[in-house]
Amino acid sequence: MTPTEPTEPQGPQPAVEKPAVRQSPENLPPGKDVVAPSSTTEGGETTIEQPAVGVRTGMFGVPDTGDTSGYGGLVKPVVFPGAAQRPYGGWFDLVADGLDGLIEKVVIHRGEITFHVHRDHLLEVAGKLRDDPALRFEFCSGVSGVHYPEDTGRELHAVYHLLSMTFNRRIRLEVSCPDADPHIPSIVAAYPTSDWHERETFDFFGIIFDGHPALTRIQMPDDWPGHPQRKDYPLGGIPVEYKGGTIPPPDQRRSYN
Amino acid sequence: MGIEEKLPSGVLLTTVEGVAGYMRKASFWPATFGLACCAIEMMTTGGPKYDLARFGMEVFRASPRQADLMIVAGRVSQKMAPVLRQIYDQMPDPKFVLAMGVCASSGGMFNNYAIVQGVDHVVPVDMYLPGCPPRPEMLIDAILKLHDQVQHAKLGKNRLDEIVEAEATALNALPTSEMRGMLR
Repeated sequence: MTPTEPTEPQGPQPAVEKPAVRQSPENLPPGKDVVAPSSTTEGGETTIEQPAVGVRTGMFGVPDTGDTSGYGGLVKPVVFPGAAQRPYGGWFDLVADGLDGLIEKVVIHRGEITFHVHRDHLLEVAGKLRDDPALRFEFCSGVSGVHYPEDTGRELHAVYHLLSMTFNRRIRLEVSCPDADPHIPSIVAAYPTSDWHERETFDFFGIIFDGHPALTRIQMPDDWPGHPQRKDYPLGGIPVEYKGGTIPPPDQRRSYN
Repeated sequence: MGIEEKLPSGVLLTTVEGVAGYMRKASFWPATFGLACCAIEMMTTGGPKYDLARFGMEVFRASPRQADLMIVAGRVSQKMAPVLRQIYDQMPDPKFVLAMGVCASSGGMFNNYAIVQGVDHVVPVDMYLPGCPPRPEMLIDAILKLHDQVQHAKLGKNRLDEIVEAEATALNALPTSEMRGMLR
């Protein structure tokens, strides 16, 4: 199948690299707990920083003097990468053209492109990505869940990794849903391989994929209460005692954040 | 002295217990039951370098109905626990359990909601083997010590008395939580 644009280059193309400072929240100047939405102009291109959805302190270890990791004083805002502006460069624009009007936001982070899609448009986007001869994303290699407990209204995210074998392109789709209404349409009809992946994401995060043929737990026992990969799920564990010495369970010795 | 004096050459006398124990220990058939990284060491143990065939144990049976030793090689998740118990129940008596590695023995590094804190919550364990994972030499050592237990196991009423005595000893033993002194 020939692509719609005859001038389009074939085969693998180098990913579009952008300066790391502008793209990576890890490299923000210290002390910025909350970054207000603002337009900054760097290098002739305009990006919009997103507000922080939380603050992360420390690395491992107890919060006070018991921390032996050396990172106890670390304070880091949880900031999403800013939305990218056109032109995205390379084949990114071509894919974005095919999805025009269905995308909430496009993020280019470390040379990889992520399309944020509202859950109402997910089925349409998935259908286009698979069937449009200019896009041809034949393969969905997985559905991942992410839990951002402080991102109010968008607590649960489902991330789809798509591969176009024809053009050797990889993109991500990111869909969010609130914790109070954890419903996302299932894309099993378009990508049958996501059957078990959606079951796993449901099992671990509690996202309900509407339209899935048999949405049951796949990893945990059938009667398991709760969804273990959510941030607020307790790690469990028992205190270990031996000859008078007692060691508390790991989640009371360390903070896993 | 006794009847031994009257025996022709080439005849040995022993007890029924001794013969039964010898036969049991000399033909252990382990069940294929690998759960995690310890299973890699268990497979190595059955391979040519460490050669479990020296002890008549190279045949790992895929069916628990043909096995009499279950080597629990790896951490037992809460979901796996009923499966493990069913495999144990399907093994014919006499059957033995070897908890291989710290995870099977006590939960090990996985002190969390998903992992059973020691397989002895689910099945009776005859031999605990520490290590993470234990080397094949350690597994062979544990198996040989289990062989020794099996060789000297009693039969019939003596066996029942032995079980009662072992249980009474265990019930009266000082719990480790009340032990004091050096942590060793």
